[in-house]
Amino acid sequence: MTTPSASARETTEGTVYTVTGGDWDEVVQSAAKADDERIVVNMGPQHPSTHGVLRLILEIDGETVKEARCGIGYLHTGIEKNLEYRTWTQGTTFVTRMDYLTSFYNETAYCLGVEKLLGITDQIPDRATIIRVLLMELNRLSSHLVAIATGGMELGATTIMIYGFRDREMILDLYELITGLRMNHAFIRPGGLAQDLPPGAVDAVREFVKKMTKNLPEYDKLATGNPIFKARMQDVGYLDLTGCMALGATGPILRAAGLAHDLRKTDPYCGYETYEFDVPTADSCDAYGRFLVRLEEMRQSLRIVEQCLDRLEPGPVMVADKKIAWPAQLALGPDGLGNSLDHIKKIMGTSMEALIHHFKLVTEGFRVPPGQTYAAVESPKGELGVHVVSDGGTRPYRVHFRDPSFTNLQAMAAMCEGGQVADVIVAVASIDPVMGGVDR
Amino acid sequence: MSETSEPNPDREVGAQNLPGQRGEHGEEIRVQRGMFGADSGGDTSGYGGLTRSVRLPGPASRPYGGYFDEVADELEGALEEQGLVPENAIEKTVVDRGEATFHIAREHLLTVARTLRDDPALRFELCTGVSGVHYPEDKGRELHAVYHLRSITHRRLIRLEVCAPDSDPHVPSLVAVYPTNDWHERETYDFFGLVFDGHPALTRIMMPDDWQGFPQRKDYPLGGIAVEYKGAQIPAPDQRRSYS
Amino acid sequence: MGIEEKLPSGFLLTTVEQASGWVRKSSVFPATFGLACCAIEMMTTGAGRYDLARFGMEVFRGSPRQADLMIVAGRVSQKMAPVLRQVYDQMPNPKWVISMGVCASSGGMFNNYAIVQGVDHIVPVDIYLPGCPPRPEMLMDAILKLHHKIQNSKLGVNAEEAAREAEEAALKALPTIEMKGLLR
Repeated sequence: MTTPSASARETTEGTVYTVTGGDWDEVVQSAAKADDERIVVNMGPQHPSTHGVLRLILEIDGETVKEARCGIGYLHTGIEKNLEYRTWTQGTTFVTRMDYLTSFYNETAYCLGVEKLLGITDQIPDRATIIRVLLMELNRLSSHLVAIATGGMELGATTIMIYGFRDREMILDLYELITGLRMNHAFIRPGGLAQDLPPGAVDAVREFVKKMTKNLPEYDKLATGNPIFKARMQDVGYLDLTGCMALGATGPILRAAGLAHDLRKTDPYCGYETYEFDVPTADSCDAYGRFLVRLEEMRQSLRIVEQCLDRLEPGPVMVADKKIAWPAQLALGPDGLGNSLDHIKKIMGTSMEALIHHFKLVTEGFRVPPGQTYAAVESPKGELGVHVVSDGGTRPYRVHFRDPSFTNLQAMAAMCEGGQVADVIVAVASIDPVMGGVDR
Repeated sequence: MSETSEPNPDREVGAQNLPGQRGEHGEEIRVQRGMFGADSGGDTSGYGGLTRSVRLPGPASRPYGGYFDEVADELEGALEEQGLVPENAIEKTVVDRGEATFHIAREHLLTVARTLRDDPALRFELCTGVSGVHYPEDKGRELHAVYHLRSITHRRLIRLEVCAPDSDPHVPSLVAVYPTNDWHERETYDFFGLVFDGHPALTRIMMPDDWQGFPQRKDYPLGGIAVEYKGAQIPAPDQRRSYS
Repeated sequence: MGIEEKLPSGFLLTTVEQASGWVRKSSVFPATFGLACCAIEMMTTGAGRYDLARFGMEVFRGSPRQADLMIVAGRVSQKMAPVLRQVYDQMPNPKWVISMGVCASSGGMFNNYAIVQGVDHIVPVDIYLPGCPPRPEMLMDAILKLHHKIQNSKLGVNAEEAAREAEEAALKALPTIEMKGLLR
């Protein structure tokens, strides 16, 4: 590279450049021309800041990303195929492990689809629906907390990660109290719920709401006004409304582009039309806007949780139809959750018909009339849709999940190209893809 | 929500655990024999002679109910304006469980999708991707591609269904109309072998590039292995006896 | 405090094996190898409440070259298997593997075309940790058991001898299918 302002001469120690000042544009241009160092960088699929087993293939020129592509499929689990070999009820055990940070949404979406096929949508008891909403909103909190925590960690802000996991831990305690498990619950079943809330659950959730209301402003204090945080996030990962619509991006990405599209409002399910909450938006179209939207959504979720608690009234949590409802009241025994001893006594001791019914329903499952349906819920990441097809058998014929992480991740290239390498991490973190959902 | 052409006895909750034949309505996709899926050995259950045709809901007639009539009218009108005969493009319309499905002839899919997206009275801006379904016994229409379109403007949701025979698994790509379908179409190709003509880079997305076969087709085995326990083994889920 | 306060002349005798085992177990650096649900529990274990730092394990290394423990946390797909093996090969000896969760250990509920039925088809596993996903306490228990194993690992000719014995024992062992007893 030799220009009038940067002459070169050969010495015994190699080429020596003398830069004397001048037009920097010229220097930069000639450097770009002489540059044959357009290199392809492979990030992942095993990389600490790619949000799971995501592979990013970046073509970079210096620090600038010229082209960005995703390689996915490293966590493909074949869940959709596996569902075809299990009964409809067993399906929840699989779907809960798809997007493992939003288990309750996967379960609810799947169950809403199955219930629609069965034609029992109206018969789901109120209590079951309210508990579903309660669990889903708690799940939104925990999912957003992980999004903010890991997103912060990828920026190098370990404190926010510790904060996020601290608060998420409180929600996991609630899950454990209610479903018995910290993750992968399979608690929401076609027809209702696996069991009722345990004693003390309502008080525990109320206690949590109090604590969380106190803790939420800490994220504001720590991050929202933080100049480093803002410098890393603002105007990074830009995707405007046109881009969102074309790429099918939903959830916080779409709302950060200014469109208040939320299925809970526009296509309500589970009685969301009766809850009072706002759909927060931002108009910055960038990673910072998505962060603000997530933060505000957590506040709104707390509002909904409180409304759920006020509405809870005693009642059944499973449809009355004995041909669908799980035949036994579950109870906690010495070896874990199982059929209650009273029920076993009844089917083994007094009622042969009940025993046959129990056996048939548990081993064979119920039949679902032929047809197909699409059920969608607003998961923390966007529109989570389920396409369920039945051929009239006891097992699903085909279940397909339209996972928001999968669709939103397509926007990665649009967000990253032309930016800096370091901003790729921020952009991917602001999409918040969970590879379990992307690859299924 | 809507009236289908005939009442559907399958929808009666009490009827759904009956294994026998239920009505002649709808479209047959498969014939089911026996009840327990086991065809080796003698018929000890006495149910082996049972035959039942599996029928999906058939075409509906007007009125479809809800906003479906409006969508159908607008779509037909818009197609006519473009010089298409609506009956050629829309093979049939099924209304079931409060959802409308337009079965589209595959050569017209691109036009229909573009119309649905651009017509001001339709405005289905958001495509939620494509889902493949494999009906191996539905001869000549084995592979189905199912699209769900959502209109944010009008708050509507409809379904498009296109089918292709196994011998010629080609469907036009919708990436030009809905760029979001890029990965969805690659996924469906990967799992079902449906070739989307016009897709910019139709390659495998989930499975490794050198994978043989299309794993989510019905004729592709689940691929599980038998699990060994102390002194016994349990076959893989697809090798077990099961109810059907 | 402990024994070091009561040393008669400032000397303590032990074997080289014990000394090196003690040093090695006291600061194991795990590689970040999170795959699925278990990875979230692994992160939780590193975070505030469970605090892996108590066991000298909080430094998760991004580069396999700096790590000596691989916690395979989650289901391993056929597509991921070669990557996993490469990461393992990049780790310097001595190295250990914890197979976290039932999917990594045996394929678990995903007995199908996509998932490797146990990560021990690809890399040698030191500790199998059941659970779906295992609780953080279970992971810590597995780590403590691994510490115990590292502490008592052999060196040099003793290591060769131990490997030979393990090989012989494995050859003589009864296949699972021929075992008698409960179905488990």
